[in-house]
Amino acid sequence: MPDKNPEDYLVLMQGIDKHFPGVHALNQCRFDLKRGEVHALVGENGAGKSTLMKVLAGVYKKDAGRIFVRGQEVEIPNPRAAIDLGISTIHQELNLIPHLTVAQNIFIGREPRQKIRFLLDDKAINEKAQQVFDMMHLKLEPGTLVANLTVAKQQMVEIAKALSLNAEVLIMDEPTAALTEAEIEELFRIIRKLREQGVGVIYISHRLEELKQISDRVTVMRDGHTIDTVNTQDATIDQIISMMVGRTIYEAAPDVPEHQEEEVVLEVRNLSRGNVIKDVSFKLKKGEILGFAGLMGAGRTEVARAIFGADPVDSGEIYVHGRKAVIRSPKDAVKYGIGYLSEDRKRFGLTLDLDVENNMVLATFRKFMGALGWVNDSKIHQTANHYVQALSIKTPSVQQKARYLSGGNQQKVVIGKWLTCDTDILIFDEPTRGIDVGAKSEIYRLLNELAHQGKSIIMISSELPEILRMSHRIVVMCEGRITGELSSAEATQEKIMKLATQRGVVMRDNGVALPQNNGVV
Amino acid sequence: MIHSLLARGSSIFRSSAMQRVLAFGGLIVLFVGFSLASPNFFNFENIKGILLATAVNGVLALGSTFVIITAGIDLSVGTVMTFSAVMTGVFITFWHLPVPLGVLAGLSAGALCGFLNGTMVSRMRLPPFVATLGMLYATKGLSLVISGLKPIYFTDTPEFATISMGSILGMIIPGFDIPNAVLILFGAAILANLILTKTVIGRYTFAIGSNEEATRLSGVNVNAWKTVIYTMCGIFAGLGGVLMGARLNSAQPALGAGYELDAIAAAVIGGTSLKGGEGTIVGTIIGAFVISTLANGLRILSVPQEWQIVVTGAILVMAVYMDNLRRRKE
Repeated sequence: MPDKNPEDYLVLMQGIDKHFPGVHALNQCRFDLKRGEVHALVGENGAGKSTLMKVLAGVYKKDAGRIFVRGQEVEIPNPRAAIDLGISTIHQELNLIPHLTVAQNIFIGREPRQKIRFLLDDKAINEKAQQVFDMMHLKLEPGTLVANLTVAKQQMVEIAKALSLNAEVLIMDEPTAALTEAEIEELFRIIRKLREQGVGVIYISHRLEELKQISDRVTVMRDGHTIDTVNTQDATIDQIISMMVGRTIYEAAPDVPEHQEEEVVLEVRNLSRGNVIKDVSFKLKKGEILGFAGLMGAGRTEVARAIFGADPVDSGEIYVHGRKAVIRSPKDAVKYGIGYLSEDRKRFGLTLDLDVENNMVLATFRKFMGALGWVNDSKIHQTANHYVQALSIKTPSVQQKARYLSGGNQQKVVIGKWLTCDTDILIFDEPTRGIDVGAKSEIYRLLNELAHQGKSIIMISSELPEILRMSHRIVVMCEGRITGELSSAEATQEKIMKLATQRGVVMRDNGVALPQNNGVV
Repeated sequence: MIHSLLARGSSIFRSSAMQRVLAFGGLIVLFVGFSLASPNFFNFENIKGILLATAVNGVLALGSTFVIITAGIDLSVGTVMTFSAVMTGVFITFWHLPVPLGVLAGLSAGALCGFLNGTMVSRMRLPPFVATLGMLYATKGLSLVISGLKPIYFTDTPEFATISMGSILGMIIPGFDIPNAVLILFGAAILANLILTKTVIGRYTFAIGSNEEATRLSGVNVNAWKTVIYTMCGIFAGLGGVLMGARLNSAQPALGAGYELDAIAAAVIGGTSLKGGEGTIVGTIIGAFVISTLANGLRILSVPQEWQIVVTGAILVMAVYMDNLRRRKE
């Protein structure tokens, strides 16, 4: 490849190398960004995208290679230096300070002072924040505590912060991971606006269908190498995926074996809880995968938690195998053979500092205790090894700490945990969130297998392709209500979205109704 | 579970304020209760006693509040206080230097210990619990070594004792002889409040305790500010040492251990969260008064001192438990 002229680019990275103990994280990587473009960066987890961007953001120091910003070769030894060069990062795990206000967050590190230099000027800080919001056409109160904002709004605060730093390069790491469709639209509107203003946006995402909507070019990384950069228009999603995984896998084709069983294993009747669950009734059949579609905040997780006994309900009845079940706590739910796999594995599903085997038996420890309360280690060992094999969990041993496993393998450990409990009703909440494409298809295979073995599965997912591919039947929720049910044959993305937005009004976490798509967050 | 996270978040600001109201309510209940139980409680002399008894712990608690809001802990404030008092004694009594220099020596000794704590916590990345526990032992031992195991008396310089026990107020308003130590406590509290709410130090104290990594990534030199905050805590401990020495008219080298726990208790009762990010100076002062009022009232009711300690523990746990209960409801 002929050498590029740094003058033509906002950012040009060449021959970037980075080693961590035992890992060659970046191997001769290159990347470039032009003014006024959205350049997507994709790759499986561990491909090196985040590492490469952290080098650009001054979080990691490169071992070798050159970085040019606006044609000048630069060294970026720390985050401050990156910010001074106009490079700002909107982190995946939002980096805001919850106990400070919106304005205080935006101007942290460069607070305006009063005439007595010792004192802060909170009035000036609010006014300056308001100016930035006006520029973005964003409705946000500078004095609000960040802890009180939705994730989407927190993200807007991060963008506002970057803009107030005169950022010309905006690195966005999985910006839509936690947003609703309406919020994504709003985010895209702001990204497009920034692009018009000449800002270069680096867009890291797992959601490939989004790239088509928002990006101009796509760079694919794999195993620490830059594979290729292509114009988004010229490539199909399948081509991008095959570059990412280095092999051709099918992603979109439906994957549902016939479902014939009619036996109802779980029936929910008129479940209600305040504003979040409104008169929800449905049936789950044996060996079935029942998809729960809807926007974030539609009440799907709340229904799952209610069935699992994690939250109290106001009214409603639950029948398991035709008999009325009294579920007041997760312990009761486990007794009835119900397992719940949370959307947030790290907070609710796994004990990261325990090893794989102990995580697996955590819910069933009693089974592994001998007469005097001794723990039967060899039995634990045996069981854990069995599931590691059955679920093909990639781990050096069952003694490995869960922390060091990839997202997909962590998810499998959680699945293993519920299988040791003899659960026959499994509720998966966003089972593939934050999991890379390769591991995703393995989780799908596993779900199909479990269903085939006669387990009944409720799968909550915000990714429509996933819902369409996996479900025998699809229940759609909106604002705490079930707004429709579709068979796999009749379901399409359009039909689901129509049901998911049937109200035309999105209720927010704080109970304030906002009209959709009116251009205001 | 972003929803529940946010729902919890929305109560954060109110909760700190609520805990303060709760603590203040508790303080009033204590006052009314003790007043009804004993005629010897609610009179000027006894209230004066409570105020004086709060002065040292209050000053120590001010510094601790800053450190705790950063999600840290300082276990050394009690023994640093003693070390500072001993250094003041060395300057004034051993070396016959002027009293102001002795006071400065005490404050500087505190500042130095705080600076070392801050350096260990930030640059050496030691857990605050370990770093300040080390400082607790070091200063405890040094106080004994320097003093030669004996108290250092300030008998040659009676003006030193007036720092705590004199009464400027009494000179202005005859009969209203509130000790200077109390004035110094309130002065220090006002200063601490200003620093916590109006200055960059305060802003970063909350920021570090609320999300240290985000603060670092915002370009704030977290290590330097942590060092500043621990140093400040040390200075408050040094001030506590001066007040203590002046009150006892001597530096007692064996005293000190245990005071750090009272200081932490005062902050926590006043609504400062050990998880960081939350806390107020007003709350801490109320917390300090709850502890000393409780001790005073129980003593007047002839409850043995050992039991006073038990009750203090119960109150501490109850205060935090009630706060938890209320939060869960929201």
